[in-house]
Amino acid sequence: MKIVKLPKNKTNDFIEHLQSFGEVHAPQKKGKKSCAFQPVTDPSKVLIGEEGFLRTILPLKKYFHKPVDTLLKFSPKTGFEDAYEEEGNKVIFGVHSCDIHAILSLDRVFSGKYVDTYYFRRRKKVAIIGISCVPDDLCYCQSMGTSFVEEGFDLFLSDVGDGYLVKVGTSLGDDMVSSAGDMMTGYGDSDINEYKRRINEFPSLFKTKVDEADLPAILDMEYKSEIWEEMGNRCFNCGICSMVCPTCFCFDVNDEVCLDGETGERKRCWDSCLFKSHAMVAGGHNFRESRADRFKHRFLHKHQAFMGDFGRPSCVGCGRCTQDCPADIHFVGMVKRIKDDITCVHSGEEEK
Amino acid sequence: MIDFARKSLLDNPYLPQQCRIVASTPQTDDTMLFRVRLEDDRLAESFSHMPGQFVQVTVMGSGECPISIASSPTRHGFIDLCIRKAGRVTDAFHNLGQNALFGLRGPYGNGYPVEVMEGNSLLIVAGGIGMAPLRSLLWYALDHRSRFKDVILMYGARDQEDFLFKGELLSLQGRDDVKTLLVVEKDPDNSWEGDVGFVTELFDDVDLDPETTYAAICGPPVMYKNVIDKLLDCGFSKGRILMSLERKMKCGIGKCMHCSVGFKYTCIDGPIFTYWDAINMREII
Repeated sequence: MKIVKLPKNKTNDFIEHLQSFGEVHAPQKKGKKSCAFQPVTDPSKVLIGEEGFLRTILPLKKYFHKPVDTLLKFSPKTGFEDAYEEEGNKVIFGVHSCDIHAILSLDRVFSGKYVDTYYFRRRKKVAIIGISCVPDDLCYCQSMGTSFVEEGFDLFLSDVGDGYLVKVGTSLGDDMVSSAGDMMTGYGDSDINEYKRRINEFPSLFKTKVDEADLPAILDMEYKSEIWEEMGNRCFNCGICSMVCPTCFCFDVNDEVCLDGETGERKRCWDSCLFKSHAMVAGGHNFRESRADRFKHRFLHKHQAFMGDFGRPSCVGCGRCTQDCPADIHFVGMVKRIKDDITCVHSGEEEK
Repeated sequence: MIDFARKSLLDNPYLPQQCRIVASTPQTDDTMLFRVRLEDDRLAESFSHMPGQFVQVTVMGSGECPISIASSPTRHGFIDLCIRKAGRVTDAFHNLGQNALFGLRGPYGNGYPVEVMEGNSLLIVAGGIGMAPLRSLLWYALDHRSRFKDVILMYGARDQEDFLFKGELLSLQGRDDVKTLLVVEKDPDNSWEGDVGFVTELFDDVDLDPETTYAAICGPPVMYKNVIDKLLDCGFSKGRILMSLERKMKCGIGKCMHCSVGFKYTCIDGPIFTYWDAINMREII
């Protein structure tokens, strides 16, 4: 892999330079306490891991799988038409490793036998510039195997003190560094040593750790555990964990009809399996009637079902769900309780 | 990494095709059999499906919903949809009228594994509206009769008013290459000439070889339980019991998650599951 160095005093110039490849988006303050991926007008306002601003409110999925997306337009005269509107190129700067893994996870979900054209037409217009980060109390990407990335980025910047070692992941990424002229430099022994020092130190920086090994089987055994009822009582079913989750992708589809009663648009919007209507079918039967059932379903999909489909949990350890839960549900704490508690009470013996 | 040059990225799986209602036959108070045909002749002729698959149907102004295909792939050029008024879209579909246009995409779902079923006997057990998807399998087997050993149909409805495909199924009783057992649960005015009771009682009238028979079941949840118990008593292996499941399929292509059961999607991994699958998927029925 081609690697160059970007001195830190050239970072703002480089962000400016990236504008020639598309509209640059990067984490910037939103309100007083939060940050969000937003278009960059002033590179000095870009947040690169400043304390308290480690994770954006929403992950990258908002660019490809929009919160509300118009799929079709329809009218009795013209039938059904694809409502996709071509968008310009974007460069998203400052994406952490966990969020890149999340995009790779969504890529798998939206491809397969049927390809989601809306997702991929946007996806291919977006360049991704990753950056290394320092974990806070809620991060556990190390445990989920998502603290490093080998693919999924055009460029990836790793902090080595006075600058970044820049891994070039794609031909487009190469164009970005090649055209940056003397902003980029070579790197030397001290950079390599500092890179290695940080990599070796990295695992010790995590305060939150969890071991997912054999969790799917344990979740099967704990299917009737009292923990689900307890969490169902605590969870408000507000769905915020799904909205901020970088790998949650559920959507609902609805037709919005004009006043003539016939023409209109088909839209999809983010949904959550915690919402009561999620598994309701015609006639009113609900396959997941109780809050406990819905809470369990979401948890099992993240840590068990997704394994069956794609060979890894869908959780990437970004910590957003725990940070934003209004009921103070600690999702890593949940995994630990289920795995470690050997005194938990089961409601009824499991049938043969 | 995804290959963004893939051409299939441009095919939009969410885009319905215009389709026309060419005939409709009332079945019960709230259920109608619609014969439909895609407007584009090329698409209409090339449309092919497996028994047990479903389509997504759009009524402009009302929305989209999944409907199982009630016709056999052995009959070309049209699709039969047996639709009960059960909500906004199906109500609107009934109001469309003869010759009306609507949107259709699909077929979706796995369908019955007919290649592995061929060479075996086929037992079809249906209850109520569950006859609709099984009618596709039934006619597939009858049109390819030599590919199956015995073909047995058991169908039960609440009463004569709720009996689907009545004329068609009654006429099968005159054929000697299919054993047709039809029951109604209630017959208040004694006008039903056949048996009165539950489908499970029909098992006394048949001789089944569980080693060489596939059983396909579709009906209300309570029927599944009782019929499966019967089949297990007969010695059926769980992999030879095939069930067709209903869920809220919104996208039909394994993306929106509304039909997920455990780590399976009813829309692409199903809607046909073996009983063995079902045991491993909690909350399935």
